[in-house]
Amino acid sequence: MTDLNSASGPNRELVAFRIGAQEFCVDITAVREIRGWTKTTALPRAPAYVSGVVNLRGAVLPIVDLALRLGSVSTEPNERHVIIVTQIGTQIVGLLVDAVSDIITVTNSDVQPTPDVASEMVKSFVQGILAIDGRMISLIAMDHVLPELQLEAA
Amino acid sequence: MDPMEAIKITFFQECEEQLAELESGLLLMEAGEADGEVINAVFRAVHSIKGGAGAFGLDDLVRFAHVFETALDEVRTGRLAPDPQTVLKPMLRAADVLADLVRVARDGGTVDEARVLQIAEELKLASPVAAEAPGEDMSEIVFGFAPPPFLGDEPDGIAAMIGVPWAIHFKPKAELYANANEAGLILRELGHLGEIALTLDTTALPPLESMDPEGAYLAWDIVLTTERAESDIHDVFEFVDGDCELSIEAKIAGDRPSESADPTSVEPPLDVMALIRRVQGGAESAPEMPASPEVAPPVIVAQAAEPAAAKAPARAESAVSSAGGSTIRVDLDRVDRLIDLVGELVINQAMLSQRVMEAGIAGASAIGMGLDELEQLSREIQDSVMAIRAQPVKSVFQRMPRLAREVAAMTGKQVRLVTDGEGTEVDKTVIERLADPLTHMIRNAIDHGLETPADRIASGKHPEGVVRLSAGHRSGRIVIEISDDGAGINRAKVREIAIKKGLIAAETILSEEEIDNLIFLPGFSTAAEVSDISGRGVGMDVVKRSIQALGGRISISSRPGKGSTFVLSLPLTLAVLDGMVVSLGEQTMVVPLTSIVETLQPKAAAVHALGDSRVIAVRDTFVPLIDVGQILGYRAEMLKPGDGVVLLIEADGGARAALLVEAIQGQRQVVIKSLEANYRHVPGIAAATILGDGRVALILDVDAVVAVSRTGEPTSLEPQFQMMA
Repeated sequence: MTDLNSASGPNRELVAFRIGAQEFCVDITAVREIRGWTKTTALPRAPAYVSGVVNLRGAVLPIVDLALRLGSVSTEPNERHVIIVTQIGTQIVGLLVDAVSDIITVTNSDVQPTPDVASEMVKSFVQGILAIDGRMISLIAMDHVLPELQLEAA
Repeated sequence: MDPMEAIKITFFQECEEQLAELESGLLLMEAGEADGEVINAVFRAVHSIKGGAGAFGLDDLVRFAHVFETALDEVRTGRLAPDPQTVLKPMLRAADVLADLVRVARDGGTVDEARVLQIAEELKLASPVAAEAPGEDMSEIVFGFAPPPFLGDEPDGIAAMIGVPWAIHFKPKAELYANANEAGLILRELGHLGEIALTLDTTALPPLESMDPEGAYLAWDIVLTTERAESDIHDVFEFVDGDCELSIEAKIAGDRPSESADPTSVEPPLDVMALIRRVQGGAESAPEMPASPEVAPPVIVAQAAEPAAAKAPARAESAVSSAGGSTIRVDLDRVDRLIDLVGELVINQAMLSQRVMEAGIAGASAIGMGLDELEQLSREIQDSVMAIRAQPVKSVFQRMPRLAREVAAMTGKQVRLVTDGEGTEVDKTVIERLADPLTHMIRNAIDHGLETPADRIASGKHPEGVVRLSAGHRSGRIVIEISDDGAGINRAKVREIAIKKGLIAAETILSEEEIDNLIFLPGFSTAAEVSDISGRGVGMDVVKRSIQALGGRISISSRPGKGSTFVLSLPLTLAVLDGMVVSLGEQTMVVPLTSIVETLQPKAAAVHALGDSRVIAVRDTFVPLIDVGQILGYRAEMLKPGDGVVLLIEADGGARAALLVEAIQGQRQVVIKSLEANYRHVPGIAAATILGDGRVALILDVDAVVAVSRTGEPTSLEPQFQMMA
């Protein structure tokens, strides 16, 4: 646990995870559970980053390959990959990541603005940057990860 | 919830049942098939509505129900013959008005006052005796608790229909109670004479600390509207003569109650209730008092006089429990939760069986046999739980006679609606979503299907047209037929309209069946002028879509001069589906069994290329061959016919197609899971399910796949369906 308690704003807990060499995090309140990867059922004519659906105790859970969504290259998923089950609006969506690395406690003032880089993907999905122990962790804006799903939910 | 509100909700639920009972009873009477029991049931239905309405101060309802009840009583006692034309037709219309009044009382809004009065007059005309000599059985009638309109702003309206008003002042003395008389019983007796409005005068009520528990402090001002003579009113007070202050005066006609009642003593009922609570020292039972308001005022007196008696709550309970009978009302969410859980159980049991088999344990072993029993049990539980949601279609069918009457009146046609198979059970959701399409189709049948009486006579038919509505179970589905004996579909006209509206090209050659199916196209409306009844531009296409949304199919057959028949075929439940499990490459899919006609192993020679598409010869006919894996984008290249199995399916409208899949795994019942809940609608996919191995399998939307294959390009799947979503 990394505790960066400061005077500015309430504490906020984030779940950090790895995709390839990069680290990302999401707000812990959006995370319902973390489970191992299971084989998905492909959906016809779905976007490439939607790898399919799995059975979550009787509910049909769509899985988003976050690596593909963020514009990097996905590796063939195997049992070592992890699915972070998150709540986005009224829907529950699984995020496929390489591994969960940490749970960090920060305040809002620790979140630095996203540096101006060329990647459109980064601009739309990365809400801010955290510097922790020399690591750089990107905070993901959940609302923007699945624009189409959001559209459907509305 | 506020207990009063809860009771009111129950009251309205029961009203619905009573109204249904009433209508079906009246229809039986009309058909001359009613025995004494039916007539009694009809009477009881109106009587219960009136009683309950009185308890909630729904005066319009009470007054109308009273007139209705009086007329019914005449029939019940045999003084009035139930003639179908002069008696039962007005009564059926009265039942419609009563239903309207109930609905207005429940949901707000207004009733057509003139119509209510007119129907009430019709009822009185139909039963002339009733006006003069009310039956002996009137003693059963309960009276409403302080109906305010007698004291308030109500114009002459419906109130004027019944008898003359009497102003009665009644102040019991302590001796009355000491002689074991009870003011409440007297008031109730008074209520049997006619409509009664009570005002409790509490001005003599001392503070609690100085109150003599055996004293008498309450007085009532009563406005009694009755057809009885003054002596009858005096008779009620015969036994308490001398033990009370009593004055009985006839109110002059036209002297409306607002002037006659002493303004100081006019208190709204709720204040009286508050007072009662004060008298009772805040007894816990107070909120329950409204449960039996028709007896509430008497009980108050009884309790004030003998504090030990706590009758009110007991009566309230018995009223509620007797309403329940052998059925219980359960929140639908709870049933749905149970259905979900049982679905899980079945899936889990299937997974377990599969694991055991994989572990190499023989089916004949003790474990294997135990699993077999478990499977049977879980199936039985599932069926039983599904049965909880099943309801007879009666609840929808019952609305139709009224509709038929109304449409017939508007179109000037003569209609007899014959219903059959009302007891057929189907899932509650299916029933609910069936009401609108059926309403529309019955309207259509009368408005467009049937001819006018003159035309019918001209073509040698009985002037009264028959619309038949029937339901039945057929091979695991419910089949509903709506048929009329009208002129049948005018195919030339249908074709002409379709061309004019640009729905088909002028030179298109269509079979009779295809022409009939044109009426299901969006924007098609055969009515030359838009009528109030069925021609709103939203026509059969909406009906078709709502039936399809239920997993159902609709078809039509029509014979010129003989009439048309619409057949709806619907699944019994929306929760499970019988499916064929097939392989598509690495994927497993479920094809709804209901759309599969047969399966066959195609020979390469039977498949022919036709343009870009392929067709397959099935016993001398050529059917389009659809490569499901390719159309869904699972596979880029076409599957060779020799490598797969063909499912011959029938899509809606009866169009046939051959679906090519890799292999058939088997046939099983699957629990339907929503894809939309966490994702969105996927084109070509109806829903998802979970198979025995715990993995998700998709359920194919056969109609969508066939529709897409007709447009040619597989890629058109996406945009087309997004537009529809």
